[in-house]
Amino acid sequence: MARYFTDEHEWIDVDGDNATVGITDYAQGQLGDIVFVELPATGTMLEKGGDAAVVESVKAASDVYAPISGEVMETNDALEDDPALVNTSPEEDGWFFKMTVGDKGELEGLMDAKAYKAFCDEL
Amino acid sequence: MKLSGFPTEGAVPRFNPKPAESGTVMSDIDTGTDDEVIEVGTLPLDAWHRAQGARMVPFAGYHMPIQYEGIVAEHEWTRTSVGLFDVSHMGQLLLSGPDLDAAVEGVLPIDLSTLKLGQQRYSLLLDDEGGVLDDLMVSRWPEHLYLVVNGATKWDDIGHLREHLPDEITLNHLEDRALLALQGPKAADALARHATGEYSLSDLTFMKFGRFTLAGHEVTIARAGYTGEDGFEISLPADAAEEIATLLCGEPEVKPIGLGARDSLRLEAGLPLYGHDLSPETSPIEAGLVFGINKRRRTEGGYPGAERINREIAEGTARKWVGLRLEGRMPAREGAEVFAGDTRVGTVTSGGFSPSLGYPIAMAYVAAEHAATGTALEIEVRNKRLAATVVQAPFVPHRYYRGSK
Repeated sequence: MARYFTDEHEWIDVDGDNATVGITDYAQGQLGDIVFVELPATGTMLEKGGDAAVVESVKAASDVYAPISGEVMETNDALEDDPALVNTSPEEDGWFFKMTVGDKGELEGLMDAKAYKAFCDEL
Repeated sequence: MKLSGFPTEGAVPRFNPKPAESGTVMSDIDTGTDDEVIEVGTLPLDAWHRAQGARMVPFAGYHMPIQYEGIVAEHEWTRTSVGLFDVSHMGQLLLSGPDLDAAVEGVLPIDLSTLKLGQQRYSLLLDDEGGVLDDLMVSRWPEHLYLVVNGATKWDDIGHLREHLPDEITLNHLEDRALLALQGPKAADALARHATGEYSLSDLTFMKFGRFTLAGHEVTIARAGYTGEDGFEISLPADAAEEIATLLCGEPEVKPIGLGARDSLRLEAGLPLYGHDLSPETSPIEAGLVFGINKRRRTEGGYPGAERINREIAEGTARKWVGLRLEGRMPAREGAEVFAGDTRVGTVTSGGFSPSLGYPIAMAYVAAEHAATGTALEIEVRNKRLAATVVQAPFVPHRYYRGSK
Protein backbone atom coordinates (compact mmCIF):
# COMPACT_ATOMS: atom_id res chain seq x y z
CA MET A 1 0.00 0.00 0.00
CA ALA A 2 1.29 3.44 -0.86
CA ARG A 3 0.20 6.83 0.41
CA TYR A 4 0.19 9.88 -1.85
CA PHE A 5 -0.57 13.53 -1.19
CA THR A 6 -2.00 16.32 -3.32
CA ASP A 7 -1.04 19.98 -3.23
CA GLU A 8 -4.66 20.59 -2.16
CA HIS A 9 -3.95 18.71 1.10
CA GLU A 10 -5.79 15.46 0.43
CA TRP A 11 -4.13 12.11 1.12
CA ILE A 12 -4.87 8.90 -0.76
CA ASP A 13 -3.90 5.36 0.25
CA VAL A 14 -3.72 3.11 -2.81
CA ASP A 15 -4.08 -0.65 -2.42
CA GLY A 16 -4.29 -2.30 -5.81
CA ASP A 17 -7.42 -1.04 -7.58
CA ASN A 18 -8.89 0.55 -4.45
CA ALA A 19 -8.02 3.69 -2.54
CA THR A 20 -8.97 5.55 0.66
CA VAL A 21 -9.09 9.35 0.74
CA GLY A 22 -8.95 11.92 3.53
CA ILE A 23 -7.51 15.34 4.35
CA THR A 24 -4.12 15.88 5.92
CA ASP A 25 -3.19 16.83 9.45
CA TYR A 26 -1.90 20.12 8.07
CA ALA A 27 -5.29 20.82 6.49
CA GLN A 28 -7.30 20.08 9.62
CA GLY A 29 -4.96 22.32 11.59
CA GLN A 30 -5.61 25.16 9.19
CA LEU A 31 -9.37 24.63 9.20
CA GLY A 32 -9.80 24.35 12.94
CA ASP A 33 -12.81 22.77 14.61
CA ILE A 34 -14.70 20.69 12.07
CA VAL A 35 -18.45 20.48 12.68
CA PHE A 36 -19.76 18.72 9.59
CA VAL A 37 -18.48 16.69 6.65
CA GLU A 38 -20.60 16.31 3.54
CA LEU A 39 -19.57 13.08 1.81
CA PRO A 40 -20.33 11.94 -1.73
CA ALA A 41 -22.96 9.25 -2.25
CA THR A 42 -21.75 5.73 -2.88
CA GLY A 43 -21.63 5.17 -6.64
CA THR A 44 -20.70 8.78 -7.44
CA MET A 45 -18.18 9.00 -10.29
CA LEU A 46 -15.42 11.39 -9.30
CA GLU A 47 -13.10 13.20 -11.64
CA LYS A 48 -9.54 14.04 -10.65
CA GLY A 49 -9.51 17.59 -9.30
CA GLY A 50 -13.31 17.78 -9.14
CA ASP A 51 -15.45 18.41 -6.06
CA ALA A 52 -15.67 15.32 -3.88
CA ALA A 53 -16.70 16.44 -0.38
CA VAL A 54 -17.21 19.55 1.73
CA VAL A 55 -15.75 20.18 5.17
CA GLU A 56 -17.53 22.68 7.40
CA SER A 57 -15.50 24.23 10.18
CA VAL A 58 -16.98 26.70 12.65
CA LYS A 59 -16.06 29.51 10.31
CA ALA A 60 -16.22 28.27 6.75
CA ALA A 61 -17.07 25.62 4.20
CA SER A 62 -14.13 24.15 2.27
CA ASP A 63 -14.23 21.94 -0.80
CA VAL A 64 -12.32 18.68 -0.86
CA TYR A 65 -11.21 17.57 -4.33
CA ALA A 66 -10.83 14.07 -5.74
CA PRO A 67 -7.11 13.20 -5.90
CA ILE A 68 -7.79 10.85 -8.84
CA SER A 69 -10.76 9.73 -10.93
CA GLY A 70 -12.88 6.76 -9.86
CA GLU A 71 -16.11 5.58 -8.29
CA VAL A 72 -17.02 6.12 -4.64
CA MET A 73 -17.42 2.69 -3.03
CA GLU A 74 -17.92 3.51 0.64
CA THR A 75 -18.03 6.55 2.92
CA ASN A 76 -16.98 6.90 6.56
CA ASP A 77 -20.25 6.79 8.52
CA ALA A 78 -18.40 7.62 11.74
CA LEU A 79 -17.98 11.21 10.54
CA GLU A 80 -21.73 11.72 10.65
CA ASP A 81 -21.87 11.41 14.44
CA ASP A 82 -18.37 12.61 15.15
CA PRO A 83 -17.02 15.02 12.52
CA ALA A 84 -14.30 16.04 15.00
CA LEU A 85 -12.59 12.74 14.10
CA VAL A 86 -11.13 14.72 11.21
CA ASN A 87 -9.40 16.92 13.79
CA THR A 88 -8.31 14.17 16.15
CA SER A 89 -7.33 11.49 13.61
CA PRO A 90 -7.23 13.09 10.15
CA GLU A 91 -4.99 10.52 8.53
CA GLU A 92 -6.46 7.38 10.15
CA ASP A 93 -9.97 7.17 11.67
CA GLY A 94 -11.05 10.42 10.05
CA TRP A 95 -10.88 9.09 6.47
CA PHE A 96 -13.58 10.37 4.09
CA PHE A 97 -14.34 7.75 1.45
CA LYS A 98 -13.07 4.72 -0.41
CA MET A 99 -12.94 4.75 -4.20
CA THR A 100 -11.80 2.74 -7.19
CA VAL A 101 -8.59 3.68 -8.96
CA GLY A 102 -9.80 4.55 -12.44
CA ASP A 103 -6.44 5.32 -13.98
CA LYS A 104 -3.20 4.48 -12.17
CA GLY A 105 -1.43 7.00 -14.39
CA GLU A 106 -3.16 9.79 -12.42
CA LEU A 107 -1.08 8.85 -9.36
CA GLU A 108 2.00 10.17 -11.09
CA GLY A 109 2.50 13.75 -10.12
CA LEU A 110 1.13 13.25 -6.60
CA MET A 111 3.59 13.69 -3.74
CA ASP A 112 4.98 11.14 -1.30
CA ALA A 113 5.09 11.92 2.44
CA LYS A 114 8.54 13.50 2.27
CA ALA A 115 7.69 15.73 -0.67
CA TYR A 116 4.39 16.77 0.95
CA LYS A 117 6.14 17.69 4.19
CA ALA A 118 8.60 19.83 2.25
CA PHE A 119 5.64 21.37 0.40
CA CYS A 120 3.90 22.31 3.67
CA ASP A 121 7.12 23.69 5.16
CA GLU A 122 7.21 26.16 2.29
CA LEU A 123 3.66 27.41 2.97
CA MET B 1 -8.98 21.33 -0.81
CA LYS B 2 -8.33 25.02 -0.94
CA LEU B 3 -6.49 26.43 2.01
CA SER B 4 -4.79 29.37 0.41
CA GLY B 5 -7.19 31.84 1.91
CA PHE B 6 -7.83 30.82 5.46
CA PRO B 7 -11.19 32.30 6.39
CA THR B 8 -10.68 35.93 6.98
CA GLU B 9 -13.16 38.60 7.63
CA GLY B 10 -13.62 42.23 6.93
CA ALA B 11 -16.70 43.52 5.35
CA VAL B 12 -15.97 45.46 2.24
CA PRO B 13 -18.88 47.82 1.85
CA ARG B 14 -19.23 48.74 -1.79
CA PHE B 15 -19.22 52.43 -1.05
CA ASN B 16 -15.83 52.18 0.59
CA PRO B 17 -13.15 53.14 -1.91
CA LYS B 18 -10.11 52.77 0.31
CA PRO B 19 -8.02 49.76 -0.69
CA ALA B 20 -6.47 49.54 2.74
CA GLU B 21 -9.92 48.79 4.13
CA SER B 22 -10.55 45.79 1.97
CA GLY B 23 -10.39 42.20 2.99
CA THR B 24 -12.08 38.96 2.16
CA VAL B 25 -15.32 37.74 3.52
CA MET B 26 -14.84 35.25 6.29
CA SER B 27 -17.31 32.79 4.85
CA ASP B 28 -15.43 32.54 1.59
CA ILE B 29 -12.42 30.32 2.08
CA ASP B 30 -11.64 30.33 -1.62
CA THR B 31 -10.97 34.02 -1.75
CA GLY B 32 -7.46 34.61 -0.61
CA THR B 33 -5.76 37.93 -0.25
CA ASP B 34 -2.45 36.41 -1.31
CA ASP B 35 -2.54 37.82 -4.79
CA GLU B 36 -3.89 41.21 -3.90
CA VAL B 37 -1.55 44.03 -3.27
CA ILE B 38 -3.21 45.77 -0.38
CA GLU B 39 -1.74 47.82 2.34
CA VAL B 40 -2.41 46.14 5.67
CA GLY B 41 -1.71 48.14 8.79
CA THR B 42 -0.51 46.99 12.17
CA LEU B 43 -2.19 47.70 15.49
CA PRO B 44 -0.51 48.41 18.84
CA LEU B 45 -0.78 44.78 19.98
CA ASP B 46 0.49 43.18 16.76
CA ALA B 47 3.72 41.77 18.23
CA TRP B 48 1.92 40.80 21.42
CA HIS B 49 -0.66 38.72 19.53
CA ARG B 50 2.06 36.93 17.59
CA ALA B 51 3.91 36.19 20.84
CA GLN B 52 0.70 34.62 22.20
CA GLY B 53 0.62 32.26 19.23
CA ALA B 54 -2.15 34.02 17.32
CA ARG B 55 -2.87 33.24 13.69
CA MET B 56 -3.03 36.67 12.06
CA VAL B 57 -5.26 37.57 9.11
CA PRO B 58 -6.03 40.82 7.32
CA PHE B 59 -9.24 42.28 8.73
CA ALA B 60 -10.66 45.76 8.22
CA GLY B 61 -7.31 46.89 6.88
CA TYR B 62 -5.18 45.52 9.73
CA HIS B 63 -3.39 42.34 10.69
CA MET B 64 -5.58 40.88 13.42
CA PRO B 65 -5.71 37.63 15.39
CA ILE B 66 -8.38 35.24 14.09
CA GLN B 67 -7.59 32.61 16.70
CA TYR B 68 -5.05 31.47 19.29
CA GLU B 69 -5.78 27.92 20.44
CA GLY B 70 -8.95 27.35 18.41
CA ILE B 71 -12.30 29.00 17.82
CA VAL B 72 -14.46 26.54 19.77
CA ALA B 73 -12.15 26.48 22.81
CA GLU B 74 -11.97 30.28 22.82
CA HIS B 75 -15.73 30.57 22.39
CA GLU B 76 -16.42 28.26 25.33
CA TRP B 77 -13.79 30.00 27.46
CA THR B 78 -15.52 33.34 26.94
CA ARG B 79 -18.96 31.89 27.83
CA THR B 80 -17.63 30.35 31.07
CA SER B 81 -14.72 32.59 32.13
CA VAL B 82 -13.25 35.73 30.52
CA GLY B 83 -11.93 36.55 27.07
CA LEU B 84 -9.75 39.52 26.15
CA PHE B 85 -10.46 40.85 22.63
CA ASP B 86 -8.32 43.40 20.86
CA VAL B 87 -10.71 45.68 19.00
CA SER B 88 -8.25 48.48 18.40
CA HIS B 89 -9.17 48.48 14.70
CA MET B 90 -12.42 50.21 15.62
CA GLY B 91 -12.63 53.97 15.30
CA GLN B 92 -12.68 56.04 18.47
CA LEU B 93 -13.94 59.54 17.73
CA LEU B 94 -14.30 62.55 20.00
CA LEU B 95 -16.69 65.35 19.07
CA SER B 96 -16.84 68.78 20.66
CA GLY B 97 -18.01 72.27 19.82
CA PRO B 98 -20.91 74.71 20.20
CA ASP B 99 -24.45 73.28 20.16
CA LEU B 100 -22.92 69.83 19.91
CA ASP B 101 -26.10 67.92 20.76
CA ALA B 102 -28.18 69.64 18.11
CA ALA B 103 -25.46 69.12 15.53
CA VAL B 104 -25.13 65.41 16.28
CA GLU B 105 -28.89 64.92 16.32
CA GLY B 106 -28.80 66.17 12.74
CA VAL B 107 -26.78 63.11 11.70
CA LEU B 108 -27.94 60.42 14.17
CA PRO B 109 -31.48 59.34 15.20
CA ILE B 110 -30.49 59.69 18.84
CA ASP B 111 -32.16 61.75 21.60
CA LEU B 112 -29.19 63.34 23.33
CA SER B 113 -31.43 65.14 25.84
CA THR B 114 -31.79 61.80 27.62
CA LEU B 115 -28.14 60.73 27.34
CA LYS B 116 -26.62 61.71 30.67
CA LEU B 117 -22.98 61.99 31.61
CA GLY B 118 -21.59 58.49 32.07
CA GLN B 119 -24.10 56.79 29.79
CA GLN B 120 -23.53 55.02 26.50
CA ARG B 121 -26.13 54.32 23.81
CA TYR B 122 -26.35 52.36 20.55
CA SER B 123 -27.02 54.47 17.46
CA LEU B 124 -26.96 54.30 13.69
CA LEU B 125 -25.34 56.28 10.93
CA LEU B 126 -27.95 56.47 8.17
CA ASP B 127 -27.96 57.71 4.59
CA ASP B 128 -30.70 59.96 3.23
CA GLU B 129 -32.77 56.92 2.24
CA GLY B 130 -32.51 55.39 5.73
CA GLY B 131 -29.97 52.75 4.70
CA VAL B 132 -27.41 51.85 7.33
CA LEU B 133 -23.91 53.32 6.82
CA ASP B 134 -22.69 52.03 10.18
CA ASP B 135 -23.80 51.15 13.68
CA LEU B 136 -22.00 52.74 16.58
CA MET B 137 -21.88 53.58 20.27
CA VAL B 138 -22.27 57.13 21.59
CA SER B 139 -21.17 58.15 25.11
CA ARG B 140 -21.43 61.46 26.88
CA TRP B 141 -18.16 62.70 28.30
CA PRO B 142 -18.00 65.92 30.35
CA GLU B 143 -17.23 68.19 27.37
CA HIS B 144 -17.49 65.74 24.49
CA LEU B 145 -19.43 63.03 22.80
CA TYR B 146 -17.34 59.90 22.32
CA LEU B 147 -18.17 57.56 19.43
CA VAL B 148 -16.97 54.03 18.72
CA VAL B 149 -17.49 53.02 15.08
CA ASN B 150 -16.67 49.90 13.08
CA GLY B 151 -13.12 49.44 11.82
CA ALA B 152 -13.99 48.65 8.22
CA THR B 153 -16.13 51.77 7.91
CA LYS B 154 -14.33 54.28 10.08
CA TRP B 155 -12.73 56.30 7.29
CA ASP B 156 -16.05 56.62 5.48
CA ASP B 157 -17.76 57.48 8.76
CA ILE B 158 -15.28 60.24 9.45
CA GLY B 159 -15.79 61.62 5.95
CA HIS B 160 -19.56 61.44 6.33
CA LEU B 161 -19.55 63.14 9.73
CA ARG B 162 -17.14 65.84 8.59
CA GLU B 163 -19.34 66.53 5.59
CA HIS B 164 -22.62 66.65 7.51
CA LEU B 165 -21.57 68.25 10.82
CA PRO B 166 -21.19 72.04 11.06
CA ASP B 167 -17.64 73.33 10.65
CA GLU B 168 -17.62 74.53 14.27
CA ILE B 169 -17.76 70.95 15.49
CA THR B 170 -14.33 69.46 16.12
CA LEU B 171 -13.87 65.80 15.27
CA ASN B 172 -10.83 64.07 16.75
CA HIS B 173 -9.93 60.57 15.61
CA LEU B 174 -8.20 59.06 18.64
CA GLU B 175 -5.60 57.10 16.73
CA ASP B 176 -3.32 57.07 19.75
CA ARG B 177 -5.78 54.94 21.72
CA ALA B 178 -6.25 51.19 21.75
CA LEU B 179 -9.52 49.43 22.59
CA LEU B 180 -9.74 46.17 24.52
CA ALA B 181 -12.91 44.23 25.31
CA LEU B 182 -12.95 42.03 28.40
CA GLN B 183 -15.95 39.71 28.11
CA GLY B 184 -17.36 36.86 30.15
CA PRO B 185 -19.13 35.99 33.41
CA LYS B 186 -15.94 36.47 35.46
CA ALA B 187 -14.83 39.69 33.74
CA ALA B 188 -15.77 41.91 36.67
CA ASP B 189 -13.83 39.72 39.12
CA ALA B 190 -10.69 39.92 36.99
CA LEU B 191 -10.92 43.63 36.24
CA ALA B 192 -11.81 44.66 39.81
CA ARG B 193 -8.35 43.51 40.99
CA HIS B 194 -6.73 46.23 38.88
CA ALA B 195 -9.17 49.05 38.14
CA THR B 196 -9.77 51.93 40.51
CA GLY B 197 -11.94 54.80 39.54
CA GLU B 198 -14.69 57.30 40.08
CA TYR B 199 -16.86 54.55 41.46
CA SER B 200 -16.82 50.83 42.04
CA LEU B 201 -17.20 48.46 39.11
CA SER B 202 -20.34 47.11 40.77
CA ASP B 203 -21.96 50.51 40.17
CA LEU B 204 -20.91 50.46 36.53
CA THR B 205 -23.98 48.78 35.10
CA PHE B 206 -24.68 47.81 31.49
CA MET B 207 -24.23 50.73 29.04
CA LYS B 208 -22.57 53.02 31.57
CA PHE B 209 -19.00 54.19 31.43
CA GLY B 210 -16.51 55.95 33.69
CA ARG B 211 -12.90 57.03 34.08
CA PHE B 212 -10.65 54.54 35.82
CA THR B 213 -6.99 53.95 36.52
CA LEU B 214 -5.58 50.65 35.30
CA ALA B 215 -1.93 49.80 36.01
CA GLY B 216 -1.27 53.50 36.55
CA HIS B 217 -2.79 54.53 33.23
CA GLU B 218 -5.89 56.64 32.77
CA VAL B 219 -8.50 54.68 30.88
CA THR B 220 -12.22 54.86 30.24
CA ILE B 221 -14.25 51.74 30.81
CA ALA B 222 -17.72 51.07 29.41
CA ARG B 223 -19.81 48.12 30.57
CA ALA B 224 -20.71 46.79 27.15
CA GLY B 225 -19.58 44.33 24.55
CA TYR B 226 -20.39 42.14 21.60
CA THR B 227 -20.68 38.66 23.05
CA GLY B 228 -23.95 38.75 25.02
CA GLU B 229 -21.96 38.27 28.22
CA ASP B 230 -21.24 40.75 30.97
CA GLY B 231 -18.08 42.65 30.19
CA PHE B 232 -16.19 45.84 29.55
CA GLU B 233 -14.72 47.86 26.74
CA ILE B 234 -11.55 49.63 27.82
CA SER B 235 -10.19 52.62 25.91
CA LEU B 236 -6.54 53.10 26.76
CA PRO B 237 -3.39 54.82 25.50
CA ALA B 238 -1.91 52.76 22.65
CA ASP B 239 1.50 52.73 24.29
CA ALA B 240 0.02 51.07 27.39
CA ALA B 241 -1.80 48.36 25.43
CA GLU B 242 0.88 45.66 25.77
CA GLU B 243 1.31 46.27 29.47
CA ILE B 244 -2.43 46.16 30.16
CA ALA B 245 -3.11 43.16 27.91
CA THR B 246 -0.32 41.26 29.67
CA LEU B 247 -1.63 42.32 33.07
CA LEU B 248 -5.20 41.20 32.33
CA CYS B 249 -4.14 37.92 30.71
CA GLY B 250 -2.07 37.26 33.83
CA GLU B 251 -5.34 36.76 35.71
CA PRO B 252 -6.22 33.05 35.85
CA GLU B 253 -9.69 33.66 34.38
CA VAL B 254 -8.50 35.57 31.32
CA LYS B 255 -7.27 34.37 27.91
CA PRO B 256 -6.88 36.27 24.64
CA ILE B 257 -9.65 35.51 22.13
CA GLY B 258 -9.58 35.95 18.36
CA LEU B 259 -11.96 37.31 15.75
CA GLY B 260 -13.29 33.83 14.94
CA ALA B 261 -14.84 33.35 18.35
CA ARG B 262 -15.89 36.99 18.46
CA ASP B 263 -18.03 36.26 15.41
CA SER B 264 -19.55 33.01 16.72
CA LEU B 265 -20.27 34.65 20.09
CA ARG B 266 -22.01 37.67 18.58
CA LEU B 267 -24.04 35.43 16.26
CA GLU B 268 -25.32 33.40 19.22
CA ALA B 269 -26.14 36.71 20.92
CA GLY B 270 -28.17 37.75 17.86
CA LEU B 271 -26.10 40.90 17.36
CA PRO B 272 -25.75 42.24 13.81
CA LEU B 273 -22.36 42.57 12.09
CA TYR B 274 -22.03 45.58 9.84
CA GLY B 275 -21.30 44.71 6.21
CA HIS B 276 -23.06 41.36 6.60
CA ASP B 277 -26.34 41.88 8.49
CA LEU B 278 -26.50 45.65 8.01
CA SER B 279 -25.69 47.67 4.90
CA PRO B 280 -26.96 50.65 2.92
CA GLU B 281 -29.52 48.21 1.46
CA THR B 282 -31.05 47.45 4.87
CA SER B 283 -33.08 49.73 7.08
CA PRO B 284 -32.72 49.55 10.86
CA ILE B 285 -36.44 48.78 11.16
CA GLU B 286 -36.11 45.71 8.93
CA ALA B 287 -33.22 44.68 11.19
CA GLY B 288 -35.32 45.03 14.35
CA LEU B 289 -33.18 47.93 15.58
CA VAL B 290 -36.09 50.28 16.26
CA PHE B 291 -34.57 50.98 19.72
CA GLY B 292 -31.76 52.72 17.82
CA ILE B 293 -34.31 55.34 16.70
CA ASN B 294 -34.92 57.15 19.97
CA LYS B 295 -38.54 57.87 20.86
CA ARG B 296 -38.59 61.63 20.41
CA ARG B 297 -36.97 61.29 16.99
CA ARG B 298 -39.71 58.93 15.78
CA THR B 299 -42.20 61.76 15.91
CA GLU B 300 -39.95 64.77 15.37
CA GLY B 301 -37.75 63.31 12.64
CA GLY B 302 -34.95 65.61 11.49
CA TYR B 303 -32.36 62.87 10.95
CA PRO B 304 -31.23 61.30 7.66
CA GLY B 305 -33.80 58.89 6.27
CA ALA B 306 -36.41 59.93 8.84
CA GLU B 307 -39.26 59.93 6.37
CA ARG B 308 -38.81 56.30 5.35
CA ILE B 309 -37.87 55.08 8.79
CA ASN B 310 -40.73 56.75 10.65
CA ARG B 311 -43.10 55.38 8.02
CA GLU B 312 -41.67 51.88 8.51
CA ILE B 313 -42.07 52.18 12.28
CA ALA B 314 -45.75 53.01 11.77
CA GLU B 315 -46.57 50.64 8.93
CA GLY B 316 -44.07 47.80 9.30
CA THR B 317 -41.61 46.48 6.74
CA ALA B 318 -41.94 43.97 3.92
CA ARG B 319 -39.08 41.88 5.31
CA LYS B 320 -37.66 41.24 8.74
CA TRP B 321 -34.37 40.04 10.16
CA VAL B 322 -35.00 36.79 12.03
CA GLY B 323 -33.14 34.01 13.77
CA LEU B 324 -33.22 30.52 12.27
CA ARG B 325 -32.46 27.21 13.94
CA LEU B 326 -31.36 24.55 11.46
CA GLU B 327 -31.98 20.83 11.71
CA GLY B 328 -29.00 18.52 11.33
CA ARG B 329 -25.41 19.68 11.53
CA MET B 330 -24.79 21.32 8.16
CA PRO B 331 -24.47 25.10 8.58
CA ALA B 332 -25.91 27.66 6.18
CA ARG B 333 -23.65 30.62 5.48
CA GLU B 334 -24.11 34.21 4.37
CA GLY B 335 -25.81 34.39 0.98
CA ALA B 336 -27.77 31.13 1.28
CA GLU B 337 -31.35 31.53 0.06
CA VAL B 338 -34.37 30.89 2.25
CA PHE B 339 -37.49 29.20 0.89
CA ALA B 340 -41.10 28.62 1.90
CA GLY B 341 -42.03 25.71 -0.33
CA ASP B 342 -40.98 26.68 -3.86
CA THR B 343 -40.99 30.40 -3.14
CA ARG B 344 -37.78 32.18 -2.30
CA VAL B 345 -38.59 34.35 0.73
CA GLY B 346 -35.23 35.56 1.97
CA THR B 347 -31.45 35.42 2.29
CA VAL B 348 -29.11 34.41 5.11
CA THR B 349 -26.86 37.26 6.26
CA SER B 350 -24.88 35.42 8.95
CA GLY B 351 -24.77 31.75 9.78
CA GLY B 352 -22.63 29.10 11.31
CA PHE B 353 -22.41 26.26 13.76
CA SER B 354 -23.21 27.36 17.30
CA PRO B 355 -20.54 26.00 19.66
CA SER B 356 -22.70 26.69 22.72
CA LEU B 357 -25.85 25.05 21.35
CA GLY B 358 -24.34 22.27 19.25
CA TYR B 359 -26.40 22.95 16.14
CA PRO B 360 -26.27 25.41 13.24
CA ILE B 361 -27.92 28.81 13.55
CA ALA B 362 -28.40 31.69 11.13
CA MET B 363 -29.78 35.18 10.81
CA ALA B 364 -31.71 36.06 7.65
CA TYR B 365 -33.93 38.70 6.13
CA VAL B 366 -37.22 37.00 5.27
CA ALA B 367 -40.56 38.24 3.95
CA ALA B 368 -42.63 39.51 6.88
CA GLU B 369 -45.39 36.92 6.36
CA HIS B 370 -42.83 34.17 7.05
CA ALA B 371 -41.10 35.89 9.96
CA ALA B 372 -43.26 34.71 12.87
CA THR B 373 -41.54 32.60 15.52
CA GLY B 374 -42.13 28.93 14.84
CA THR B 375 -42.50 29.29 11.05
CA ALA B 376 -40.99 26.31 9.21
CA LEU B 377 -38.73 27.33 6.31
CA GLU B 378 -35.97 25.78 4.23
CA ILE B 379 -32.48 27.03 3.43
CA GLU B 380 -30.72 25.97 0.24
CA VAL B 381 -27.08 24.94 0.66
CA ARG B 382 -25.23 23.35 -2.26
CA ASN B 383 -28.51 22.33 -3.93
CA LYS B 384 -29.83 20.72 -0.75
CA ARG B 385 -32.76 22.01 1.27
CA LEU B 386 -32.08 22.22 5.00
CA ALA B 387 -35.07 22.42 7.36
CA ALA B 388 -35.06 25.52 9.55
CA THR B 389 -37.41 27.13 12.06
CA VAL B 390 -37.77 30.82 12.86
CA VAL B 391 -36.72 31.30 16.47
CA GLN B 392 -36.44 34.25 18.81
CA ALA B 393 -32.96 35.81 18.87
CA PRO B 394 -30.74 35.91 20.88
CA PHE B 395 -30.08 32.20 20.51
CA VAL B 396 -28.09 32.28 23.76
CA PRO B 397 -29.62 34.59 26.40
CA HIS B 398 -27.82 37.85 27.15
CA ARG B 399 -26.29 38.03 30.61
CA TYR B 400 -25.65 41.75 30.93
CA TYR B 401 -25.00 43.23 34.37
CA ARG B 402 -27.81 45.59 35.27
CA GLY B 403 -26.94 45.97 38.95
CA SER B 404 -27.22 43.83 42.04
CA LYS B 405 -30.74 43.19 43.21
